[in-house]
Amino acid sequence: MGVGIEVEDLNAWYGQTHTLKGINLQIPANSATALIGPSGCGKSTFVRCLNRMHETNPVARAEGTVRVGNVDVYKDASPVEVRRRIGMVFQRPNPFPTMSIYDNVASGLKLNGFRNKRVLDEVVERSLRQAALWDEVKDHLKSKSGASLSGGQQQRLCIARAIAVDPEVLLMDEPASALDPVSTAKIEDLIFQLKDEYTIVIVTHNMQQAARVAEKTGFFLSGHLVEFDSTHKIFTNPSDKRTEDYITGRFG
Amino acid sequence: MPHRPSRANVGRRQAANHLFSVLAILSTVLVIAPLFAILVYLLFQGVRSLNVAFFTHLPRPVGEPGGGMANSIVGSGIILALASLLGIPVGIGAGIYLQEFGGGKTLANAIRFTADVLNGVPSIVMGIAAYSLIVVPQRHFSAFAAGVALAIMMVPTVTRTTEEMLATVPNAVREAALGLGIPKWRTVMTVSLKTASPGIITGCMLAFARVAGETAPLLFTAFGNQFWPTSLNEPIAALPLQIFVYAVSPYDEWHRLAWAGALVLIVLIMVSVTLVRVVTGRGMLNGGH
Repeated sequence: MGVGIEVEDLNAWYGQTHTLKGINLQIPANSATALIGPSGCGKSTFVRCLNRMHETNPVARAEGTVRVGNVDVYKDASPVEVRRRIGMVFQRPNPFPTMSIYDNVASGLKLNGFRNKRVLDEVVERSLRQAALWDEVKDHLKSKSGASLSGGQQQRLCIARAIAVDPEVLLMDEPASALDPVSTAKIEDLIFQLKDEYTIVIVTHNMQQAARVAEKTGFFLSGHLVEFDSTHKIFTNPSDKRTEDYITGRFG
Repeated sequence: MPHRPSRANVGRRQAANHLFSVLAILSTVLVIAPLFAILVYLLFQGVRSLNVAFFTHLPRPVGEPGGGMANSIVGSGIILALASLLGIPVGIGAGIYLQEFGGGKTLANAIRFTADVLNGVPSIVMGIAAYSLIVVPQRHFSAFAAGVALAIMMVPTVTRTTEEMLATVPNAVREAALGLGIPKWRTVMTVSLKTASPGIITGCMLAFARVAGETAPLLFTAFGNQFWPTSLNEPIAALPLQIFVYAVSPYDEWHRLAWAGALVLIVLIMVSVTLVRVVTGRGMLNGGH
């Protein structure tokens, strides 16, 4: 089951550049939350702070409080523990090129020392079914490389890989921006189904996508969270002038 | 119409195109021709003296016909195995440090500079170094000293290729592993190294092939031996050494054996490199980049 996320006064830097400025928000459990905003507004940095991927860049740092469920991500846990509980899907599909489809999905478990073959088989099948990829790949699970699939299939493979470790939260950083409309529709269907079981945070450039999949939407601008409210409210009656300007296409 | 090429211009460009193609092909021939000539000559000279005894017998004293280089073949195998065992792990480890952990640190830059300089150090200097560090204190020549000398020669090549091959692994692949909660060291050992492995193996094979034919460092370390190797702690025979001794001797019989030894050395290097490629290439999946 998913858990909620509470963020208090989160600040992040890349070198000297202050990219996130005092972010406060509460993301509800078992729902999809969309983050929108123009390029460079800090929305990607924000999700990367939630699972501490931000700090893998040597010049990056973050300060503040992020609570996922009852765990304070920056105080109570190591980055590795945090990332096991918070799955991530990246902008460009990034399957492991040397691994088979099966090993890609099983990698999170296998590389953490899990070896029980029967359980692995079950997890791989369940994850691929959840990611709506099972029927397309079940005949060559172990004979084909993850990199031999099409872009849309690769992204669903990456989603299967992320949910195979049974995370509580799933972060998606523009998961459909490199895909064609048909693949995008499949990913969106998937988000719709997955949000019953996971807390999903999705960064997107596509406002229609936010409106279609998310219960709540946050609008970022130059490192600030300008507005955070129900998706309906944001797109029909935003309380901030800047949000209105952005969603009506006046800038960005 | 200044931006549209005229007919005459097209003709000139095509002529230039042909000219450069011909020059490129000519250069290729110039590169390949000597190598090919050496191989053919070696084959021609070496095959005449090759027989079963060459692979099974010890060298005979001057004047006695026959004899072989069996102990040198085994000795070279032992020295090269020792060198690979010592040199490849150190080289790969240093390469991993440079690419995955070093960043722009001073230590990384120092290692990189040292590796590049070490790569250019003449092999005879390596021999003298191993001689003064191992042979002199121990007061005897040894297979171990030879293995160390060749291992030191392998390290820079292996280090730099490992670093360069790891640099070609897309960062997205590393992030995928880190994002799954896989610790950094495990990400490096499984995902990064595995993705870069074809290139790293090529680098190791290059280093191996290069030191396999080295003679100078062996003069001060392996020294040579007329009998079967029994310990890593005593002088040992090696193909390049034996070839050297036989080739500079005044006897025709020994000259022929030297030719045969040179041929066997080259074939053994080719066989082992191919073998490693076939074995490590298996299990690779179809598809991919």
